[in-house]
Amino acid sequence: MRTHSPFLLTVPALIVLTVFMLVPLGFGVAYSFLTAGPYGGAELPLTLEPYRKILFERDFDESLYFTTTYISIIARSVILAGAAALLCAVLGFPVAWFITCRSPKWQGILIFVVTLPFWVNSLVRTYCWVLLLRDQGLINNGLQELGLTSAPLGLMYNDGATLLGLVYNFLPFMILPVYAALERLDPRLIEAAHDLYASRVSVFRRIIVPLAAPGMMAGSLMVFAPALGYFLVPDLLGGGKSLMIGNLIQMAFTSSRDWPFGSALSTVVTAGVMAFIVVSALRGKKRNAT
Amino acid sequence: MRHGFDWRRTPGFGTYTACIFFFLYAPLVVLVAYSFNGGSLVTVWGGASLKWFAAVAVNRDIQAAALNSVIIAAAATFAATSLGTLAAVGMERSAQRSSGVMSSLFALPLLVPEIVTAVTTLIFFSSLNLRLGLMNLIVAHTVFCIPFAMMPVRARMKGLGDLWENAARDLYAPPFKVLTRVTIPLLRPAIFSGAILSFVVSLDDFVISAMVGDAGTTTLPVYVYGMIRRGITPEVNAASTILLVISIVLAAVGQYLNRQAISKS
Repeated sequence: MRTHSPFLLTVPALIVLTVFMLVPLGFGVAYSFLTAGPYGGAELPLTLEPYRKILFERDFDESLYFTTTYISIIARSVILAGAAALLCAVLGFPVAWFITCRSPKWQGILIFVVTLPFWVNSLVRTYCWVLLLRDQGLINNGLQELGLTSAPLGLMYNDGATLLGLVYNFLPFMILPVYAALERLDPRLIEAAHDLYASRVSVFRRIIVPLAAPGMMAGSLMVFAPALGYFLVPDLLGGGKSLMIGNLIQMAFTSSRDWPFGSALSTVVTAGVMAFIVVSALRGKKRNAT
Repeated sequence: MRHGFDWRRTPGFGTYTACIFFFLYAPLVVLVAYSFNGGSLVTVWGGASLKWFAAVAVNRDIQAAALNSVIIAAAATFAATSLGTLAAVGMERSAQRSSGVMSSLFALPLLVPEIVTAVTTLIFFSSLNLRLGLMNLIVAHTVFCIPFAMMPVRARMKGLGDLWENAARDLYAPPFKVLTRVTIPLLRPAIFSGAILSFVVSLDDFVISAMVGDAGTTTLPVYVYGMIRRGITPEVNAASTILLVISIVLAAVGQYLNRQAISKS
């Protein structure tokens, strides 16, 4: 008896998500073609000015010249988010493999230990690193106490600190999908390879890594996508010298009151993330098909 | 098979994993340790003391912010859990289960960068001139809590199969009764676990609350962020530790219930 479509049950949630998520995203795209209002907000006429501003600055005589200010911040965001995904994959893979090799009971416990920090407030998690890295922080004080350094090393407010913060925040996002892929791996494949005199290294390289690849792709997506527009880490650890696109968007809506410019940046970053997701989904499909 | 080969033996990986766990937990431990520092300088140890927790407890602004956080989290959790549970049941039981458009709409709050969700929600409310105080934040939080409320329920639905529901239908239970008397009671642990996850995610949120909220709707994380910006004091450590402990305890309970729910099915 299937006369009552269970699909109806999804309708209330779909309406809420459409009205308060999809429609606002549309508003964001619309604002990116408007002119900035004097006190925030936006007004007519329609213009491409916000997008122009990402690439070109207007000189006093109204002539345009190319500027790398914003492009370099966007490039830094892409590079740092990409580097974070790569580092998470390299650091997280052995952990995922170690967990896979334990008994089911221990697997549950270890996965719980990996996921627990994820639930801690991201502000608090990032702030912990401020306590460690700042000039009077634990690391600098410790080094000076031991007589290894005489003055604080500038550990904060650089790209390295931002990258560290991103890896710290997103590492569980990589370990979980890689573990999910490895857990489904048929142990007989490893035994068969071993029986055929494959060394540990070649078992790892030719069997484990290829079978874990879909998990790594999923993990890279789960690290790269949120890292690209992340705000708190570059804000607290990167400071003015390591701005990312998330900081630019936040500033456009607060201090510089240029909502259309912020909307243009939001549109660009969302389009970038969506393109990345679609491309990796298609690649995953292709892999499954072959 | 060659004798004495065990692929589960992973020499060295254990030590390495321990190092990664140290990397994940040591910063949190440092924060908690600092918050018990009785001295008035953050980095100079002045003996163990609870005095900064006391200072946080009597701070009127923190009390107000904490109250806002709890109201928003409770309301958003209620809304997201109700909507998310129904949606999860509907998705798992409908024929067009794998409808790509629908699942991507449900995943949207997880895929769109947080800052973009924050500013577009701000644009949406301000262009409609909706200034309803806490209500604005409750709506914004409900949206990003829905995927978290759905997750355990969908997992549990997959585990249950439709045996129980079919049995009820065979006994002429009308669809509404099947839902309220069979499906939802069976899902109770998963619904509860989804509710706890929603509550934690709502309490944790900073970016969206900071952008969408105004002066009267400061939440605890937004207030703590302001404290950090003004300067690092022992009071900040105590306030952060409180946030940390709340999230860890709630998340642990939620995960425990989720595990129970999955292992029972």
